[in-house]
Amino acid sequence: MNKLESKQVNFYYGSSHALKDINLAIEANTVTALIGPSGCGKSTYLRLFNRMNDLISDTRLTGEVIIDGVNIYKKGINVDNLRKMTGMVFQKPNPFPKSIFENVAYGLRVNGITDKKFIEERVETTIKQVVLWDEVKDKLKKSAFELSGGQQQRLCIARAMAIQPSVILMDEPTSALDPISTSKVEELIHELKTKYTIVIVTHNMQQAARVSDHTAFFYLGELVEYGVTKQIFTNPNVERTQNYITGRFG
Amino acid sequence: MKPFFKNFSEKLIEGLLMICGTITSLTVVLIVFFLFKEGLGVFNKKAVEEGYVVMVNKSNPVNSISPEDIKNIFDSKITSWKDLGGKNDSIILFRLEDISNYFTDEQIGENFEGLPLLLNRVVDSIPQILAFFPEKYLGKNFKGREIEAGKITFSTFFGGKEWFPTAQPAAQLGVMPLVMGTLWVSLGAILLALPLGLAAAIFLSEIAKDKVRRVMKPLIELLAGIPSVVYGFFGLVVIVPAIQKLFNLPVGETGLAGSIILGIMALPTIITISEDAMRNTPRAMKEASLALGASKWQTIYKIVIPYSISGISAAAILGIGRAIGETMAVLMVTGNAAVIPTSILEPMRTIPATIAAELGEAPDGGLHYKALFALGCILFIITLVINLIVEFISGSKKNRRV
Amino acid sequence: MAIDENKITRSKKRNQSIAFCVFAVIGFLIVAILVTVLSFIVIKGIGVINWDFITKMPEDGMTKGGIYPAIIGTLCLVGGSMIFAFPIGVMAAICMNEYVKDGILKKIIKQMTNNLSGVPSIVFGLFGMALFVNKLGFGDSILAGSLTLGLLALPVVIRTTEEALKAVDDTFRHASLGLGATTWQTTRNVVLPIAFPNIITGLILSVGRVSGETAPILFTVAAYFLPKLPTSIFDQAMALPYHLYVLSTSGTNIEESRPIAYGTALVLIIIVLLTNILANILRKYFSKKVKMN
Ligand SMILES: Nc1ncnc2c1ncn2[C@@H]1O[C@H](COP(=O)(O)OP(=O)(O)O)[C@@H](O)[C@H]1O
Ligand SMILES: [Mg+2]
Repeated sequence: MNKLESKQVNFYYGSSHALKDINLAIEANTVTALIGPSGCGKSTYLRLFNRMNDLISDTRLTGEVIIDGVNIYKKGINVDNLRKMTGMVFQKPNPFPKSIFENVAYGLRVNGITDKKFIEERVETTIKQVVLWDEVKDKLKKSAFELSGGQQQRLCIARAMAIQPSVILMDEPTSALDPISTSKVEELIHELKTKYTIVIVTHNMQQAARVSDHTAFFYLGELVEYGVTKQIFTNPNVERTQNYITGRFG
Repeated sequence: MKPFFKNFSEKLIEGLLMICGTITSLTVVLIVFFLFKEGLGVFNKKAVEEGYVVMVNKSNPVNSISPEDIKNIFDSKITSWKDLGGKNDSIILFRLEDISNYFTDEQIGENFEGLPLLLNRVVDSIPQILAFFPEKYLGKNFKGREIEAGKITFSTFFGGKEWFPTAQPAAQLGVMPLVMGTLWVSLGAILLALPLGLAAAIFLSEIAKDKVRRVMKPLIELLAGIPSVVYGFFGLVVIVPAIQKLFNLPVGETGLAGSIILGIMALPTIITISEDAMRNTPRAMKEASLALGASKWQTIYKIVIPYSISGISAAAILGIGRAIGETMAVLMVTGNAAVIPTSILEPMRTIPATIAAELGEAPDGGLHYKALFALGCILFIITLVINLIVEFISGSKKNRRV
Repeated sequence: MAIDENKITRSKKRNQSIAFCVFAVIGFLIVAILVTVLSFIVIKGIGVINWDFITKMPEDGMTKGGIYPAIIGTLCLVGGSMIFAFPIGVMAAICMNEYVKDGILKKIIKQMTNNLSGVPSIVFGLFGMALFVNKLGFGDSILAGSLTLGLLALPVVIRTTEEALKAVDDTFRHASLGLGATTWQTTRNVVLPIAFPNIITGLILSVGRVSGETAPILFTVAAYFLPKLPTSIFDQAMALPYHLYVLSTSGTNIEESRPIAYGTALVLIIIVLLTNILANILRKYFSKKVKMN
């Protein structure tokens, strides 16, 4: 069964039509890259899966967005619980104004977990998973702002993973990072694939090619082409995709 | 010629602009100068009526009496020299009119020409005496000793428990009741306004729909524009009677009435500043919290409020500052009794209200006048400190964000 | 780890509903307070206001007649203070924003302006009395009162003007400077015209502020009762806010002069409302115009 799916999805900001008839199915434990020029609707699409767009007033959605076979926009869905199932990583590292430890523990606490031991263990294993443990283990009580940008972003990934979601949504997670931090995050994505379904928006063609199994190319709110990454990058079916990935526009 | 002229007028304008640029600094300096010149003049002045001297017998070891002690002696609350650090003798208070108890009119003489001699005799012969009389009756070779009576010092001014500048024979200039009154009324105001203001700010910045916000925000800003005298008037005709009825008091003019009015007046400051601070919370940070399954409310109290805490504290402190400095509204509704308050349901008097109520009656340059300027100095220093605290808070915030 | 998902979900939901409910109620409560204050004064005062009320002298120990001299006095004070504060404030803001470079000097001036704006109005009153009334010998006069009010309005004028100047995009300045214009020419011909609407808005708002101030004029100009109009700037004058204070606390017959007090309060509120509305209209009107250009 497909992990994530969208059927005939249309999305509007007021009267502007941001997504047009998007049909897409994403398998579990794969990495899917969303590419396309700025403003084509990649972020909007990504944010459908944890209903982040609900926060923006005067928006409208038609069609179905499905996780694990359930339409997440149907009546009676608890949005907080839905968001617990999906982790999100943002463009710029955005740790909370709290300690490193509390940043990772945050998701557990807001979801009602109070067992101290359990939280400590989970925080440690998660930080180890993002390969940050050795760098921060002596300063868990220090403010997260004291970390470097790359460390902060890995912390944010750990924060998203601590509640053990099954899906991780990443919106240009490396666009604010230096090349070394970027490659660390990319390695991490590679490892996380075994446990999570990952959707990543990226501006960087090489990155899409490096980390993803499947790639979806968006243009002006439409899904132009979707397929196995290798095929999209070597032999796209649509000419517009070809033009974009070879840098003729975008 | 032309470029020279152009250059010249350009320089002239620049000079003019520079002068204007310094005007606020200049004003602050002038305010400090005039306020403190008059205000500091109150210290080391004597609270005893001008032209009077206070004499004791040569054998009396007491050197000085504070204004408060003078009052207590006159009120017979202090009767022994021991209380003033002297011998264990009772005080014999002597005022000029008491002279007729000791001597006949004949001895005094028709034009009081006998007075200096008689006064000398009285003071010299009674060891326990404390004599008040006009300096002009002080004879040559006076055998008594003048003591320093009613000197106003820092400690009598700031520690004094009574404010009664027109009291006889010694003006009582203790700011304690005024300071306490100001604190009670302002703290009461902030206790009312802070929770309400914060709640409203949270509502406006995080919960309200755009449409609601667009109506409410200007209304609240309007609240800030209403003159304080109108608030005072409203308090006087609505809140004061209501409090009187509600608590069954003899008068409704109480600290509580002041706190309520000041609270209403502080609301716009608190709401706008803390709302601004909360709206400055990066969207991504709020989204990150929501994306972890936190509810909107959890996001508000776990992320938004901690993030904007410095702005919120600045709002609270500025609110207190406005409350402390507010004059007219308080003057109109608090009843202005200069006593140290024991309950919020008593009449109280604040520092600004005291200045406003009394400056008109204080003779220019007199002790009372100077005392009121000293109150002005206190207010000025409080506002400076508040500004510095706010500056410090928002400064540390900036550093953190870098 | 056994946690009851449903229970937690429910309690999260409940807490949120309670909190939001409380906040909404408080938000509306505050608006209700404002509406109460305003409507109370409007309802009580509206019957009092008529042509006679605003054009007649007070009569019968201020229990009858109008508030004409107080209106005129307030107009004089507002006018006087603005003649003083507006040009100086605008120039100070220009100096700060266009001339002085970022650095210690600017910081000091900023801090001082900030301090001045935090000084309680009664302290301005004290200062005005010491400097203008006594030291400079103006006596209780419109001149002394206007200067005192002007000083109080200065930080407001400076701040709004500075904001207006800051809102002008630097590209305008660079374009003008690039053509060889001096800083002053750039300021006068390019920056000021663009910033003008917002500067005027600031002026109007400070008029609203100044017209309601009482404490600074208590000892510098205000007359308890003066049944004639001022003839020179060295005359005392009545003023609306002080008149309201006198009527409601120390008039000869407080009960009988209540209606006049309500009327006076309403006139003050109308002034504030008018300045607010005018400022908003101007802001909208000009912002449209700028967009069209
Ligand atoms: N909050 C919003 N309100 C209105 N329009 C928006 C909003 N966010 C995005 N849009 C519009 O929707 C379109 C898609 O935006 P987005 O999904 O952010 O594109 P991408 O992430 O591919 O750059 C753009 O045209 C953008 O202007
Ligand atoms: Mg995007």
